[in-house]
Order: sequence, then structure tokens, then C-alpha cells
Amino acid sequence: MIRSNILVGLVRILRKIGHNFSDRIWRLGAGARLFGLTLAYSGESFRRFHLTIREVYFTGVMSLIIVLVSAFFVGMVLALQGYYTLQKYGSSEAIGVLVALSLLRELGPVVTALLFAGRAGTAITAEIGLMKATEQLSAMEMMAVSPIARVVAPRFWAGVIAMPILATLFSMVGILGGYLVAVPLIGVDAGAFWSQMQANVDWRFDILNGVIKSLVFGVACTMIALFEGYDAPPTAEGVSRATTRTVVTSSLAVLGLDFALTSFMISM
Amino acid sequence: MTPNTLAQNIVEINNLSFGYKGRMLHQGINMVFPRGKVVAIMGGSGSGKTTLLRLIGGQLKPSKGEARVEGQIVHQQSRDGIYKLRRKMGMLFQQGALFTDLSVYENVAFPMREHTDLPESMIHDLVLMKLNAVGLRGAHKLMPTELSGGMARRVALARAIALDPDIIMYDEPFAGLDPISMGVICGLIRTLNDALGATSIIVSHDVKETFTIADYVYFVANGVVVAEGTPEDLRKSTLPFVHQFVHGEKDGPVPFHYAAGDYAQDLLGFENARQGA
Repeated sequence: MIRSNILVGLVRILRKIGHNFSDRIWRLGAGARLFGLTLAYSGESFRRFHLTIREVYFTGVMSLIIVLVSAFFVGMVLALQGYYTLQKYGSSEAIGVLVALSLLRELGPVVTALLFAGRAGTAITAEIGLMKATEQLSAMEMMAVSPIARVVAPRFWAGVIAMPILATLFSMVGILGGYLVAVPLIGVDAGAFWSQMQANVDWRFDILNGVIKSLVFGVACTMIALFEGYDAPPTAEGVSRATTRTVVTSSLAVLGLDFALTSFMISM
Repeated sequence: MTPNTLAQNIVEINNLSFGYKGRMLHQGINMVFPRGKVVAIMGGSGSGKTTLLRLIGGQLKPSKGEARVEGQIVHQQSRDGIYKLRRKMGMLFQQGALFTDLSVYENVAFPMREHTDLPESMIHDLVLMKLNAVGLRGAHKLMPTELSGGMARRVALARAIALDPDIIMYDEPFAGLDPISMGVICGLIRTLNDALGATSIIVSHDVKETFTIADYVYFVANGVVVAEGTPEDLRKSTLPFVHQFVHGEKDGPVPFHYAAGDYAQDLLGFENARQGA
């Protein structure tokens, strides 16, 4: 009796694992399908480019405050921590390079993407999920207007356009924050701060690679947010779960992709 | 289908079955919707009435059988073909489904902007005419969140008729409305149908309002059409289901209680389980 109970329990656990696994594979496929459809409908959506511009405002411009304030503090903390370590080796003038490279290569794209997922990604998921729950997407379809061309594609391209700009601004403001701590506060020489940065930051390997990273993160974060909203069960609970999933999945995707991209870029 | 029936019926549902997740919702449904008429599909909640509208609109595919619109089998159309058919349809959703980021004016202008190249001045005139038809010309600057349920339904109706459709589908148009709004919507459905020369398909469970305006009524239950006829015929019907539905009786062929085991057993089960634990 006990043995058969254990067996039944084991089967149940195995079935649950299998179900979870197949569900994830299914969602991955459905996400890829939506991505493909989004690209296919992009031409139709570009004909109404004002929609994409409007979304750039909602996802990009509206995220500016949180991104810039975070960048300022991240830059200041980087300068403080960097100075603490560098002065032990007598190379505190290299603080400018440290701040710039950390921001341009890593923190700019990654932190911007994480903030973007929290600010714009959740808004996209909740908006599309609620549009679905209130039958707005169905109404659009019944009016012979594709929701993918009218709702999904403009938001996708807006995210792809906004992310590199936000990441670049993040790095710029972060460097400014680092400068304010390093030069006026700590007393590092301003000439050394800027000249070392200028000499050691490479256009292609540092700046361009950072922009490429932020582009990839832009595609990933926006697509995850769009898919979660589009796939959300049309209930209050469904939309709230989808919003949470957007943050969790986007954050993990950004960190995973960051490792993959960094290894690829370093080996090049 | 002969040219004669095509001329007569703008929509036909032939031997249609539909199911999902292993459960059959419709089994062999047959309905016809003659041009210019107001036809109602009635039945209890969960009987698949709204699904029938989605099958006519091509948002769902039948498991068997077909829905024809203007002689064309809907589920066999390509995406462009379905979109072409949908341009001849207007649909009023249960909660209106107005776009919350657009004003009342922009909501009604939406189908015109998407499907026509009309100049702005003409769109302006048409939008105000449509809103005037539903009595809400004065509300054109409001946002959907500023409207009452009845007003939102009327704006959605103005949007549904924006392109002068041949077929207007109404999904529970009376649900959740106060008696005045209900009367207004009821009158509008009949007036607009006759003024536009359209065909209206109403899905509803509100007997009084639907019987006032419908020319013909289908009753759906357990996946099949259980009764059909004019409202007069159905009022006199002695069929148990129709009688229970039309007169709103608590018990009948549709039981008050959801299928359950023995009542006493269920009550004692808790005590027994607690003692066992």
C-alpha cells in the first residue's frame, strides 16, 4: 500500500516536471512565432510610423528620469569604489578609465535593460494584457485591423530604438556622476581623468560593443514584454502574473545574454 | 447553395460543430440569417452563443461544418479574404471594447482611418453623423473612461456602423445596462438595421428586449438548436426548455443545482475525514 502510494507520488512529480517542461517549450515556440509575425507585419506598421514615435515617447522618454537618476548614482558609486581600490596600487588617475569602461561595456547596457524591463516592460505587458481582457484586440481583429501590425510592432520597434539611446545616456550621465565624485570631491586631477579615458576607451571594442549589447537587450526585453501581454489569460490574475513574469524573464534573459555576448565579444 | 438562397441569406451556418480542450460546444448547428432581418441567438450562459459570432467572424475555426458569409465559407478564406469579409461586418462587443487610449471621436474614426483614404473633413462629418445617430454627438471629445456603461455601448455601436456594414453582430448588447439605456440600445438596433438596410445578429439572454426587436429567434442549449421561430411562436411554445427560459423559471430542464453527489454524504464527509485524521 505504502509502496504504491510512493509510486503514485513519483509519477505525479514526473508528470508535473514533464508538463512544466513541455509548457516552457510551447511558450518558447509561441514567443518565436510572435517575433516572426512582428517582423513580418513591421512593413505594415511602418506605414503608420507616428504610432512607433508615440511609443518611443511612452517607453523611452517616460523612462528617462529613472534611467538618468540611476546612472548618476551608479557613476558616483563606481568612482568611490574604484578610487578605494586604485589608490592601493597608486593609480588613482585611472579612475576615469575604470568608470567609463565599466559603464560603456557592462553597466550602461545591463542596468538600463533591467530598469527598462521594470519600467517600460511591465507597462507594455499590463497594457496589452488589459487590451486583451477588455476585448480591444478582438475588436481590432473584427475591424479587419491586425493587432500585431497596429499594437505589437510599433511597441517592438519603439523598444529597439529607445534602448540603445537610453543606454548611451546612462553611460554619459554615469561618467558625469563619476567625474563629480572623482575630481571635485576626491581631488583626482581633471586632466588625468579625461585624458586617460580618451586614451583607453576604444570606439569599436568598447562603445560599439556596448551599443550592440543594448540593441540585443532591447529586442529581448521588448519582445518578452509583448509576448507576456499578448499571451496573458484575460483575467486580473492573468495580467498580474504576466507582468511579474516580464520582469523575471527579462532580467534573467538580460544577464544570460550579457554573459553570452561578452564571451563572444572578448573572443573576437 | 443556390443563387436564390444566397440572395436571401447573407449568413448561413451549416451542420457546424465546434469544440476545444476535448469538449464539444456545438454539434451540428444549422441557422440562416436572411438579409435585412434582425435574428437573435438565445441561450443560457456558457451555451456558446458568443462563440457562434466568432465562428461567423472567422476568429475561430469549426471542427466540422461551415459558416458562410455572402456565400463564402469563412474558415477556408485566407487572412486577406477573412479581412475582406470582416470589412462588411460590424461587431458590438459585450463591454463595448472601446480603445481606452483614444477619444470617443477617434474611436469612431478608427475604422475609417484604417480602411479608407477619406479627407479629414469628410471623416469629421461622418463621425459626427454616426455619433448623432446614437445620440452622442455632444460627447465626441470625451475619453472612454468618462462614459457610463450605456454610453460606452452606444459609442461602440457608432464605431460598429462606421463603415455602413452589411452585417451587424451584437454580443449581449443589453447585459449590465439600466432600463433606460436598455430601451435606447433596443430601439437603436432596430432603427439602425432598417436605416442601413443591414442584417443584425443578436446574441443575448434578455428575453423581453430581444423578443421586442427580433424577427426570428434561435434557442441554443447543450450544443444544438433546441427551438426556433418568431418571438410570437416561442412565447406560446410548450417545449420545457423554451418555457423555462422565456418565463425565467428557476427549475426545469436546466436544473438549479450544478451536478453534485449526495447532499448528506457531502456534509458527513467532512466530519468523517476529520475523525479519520
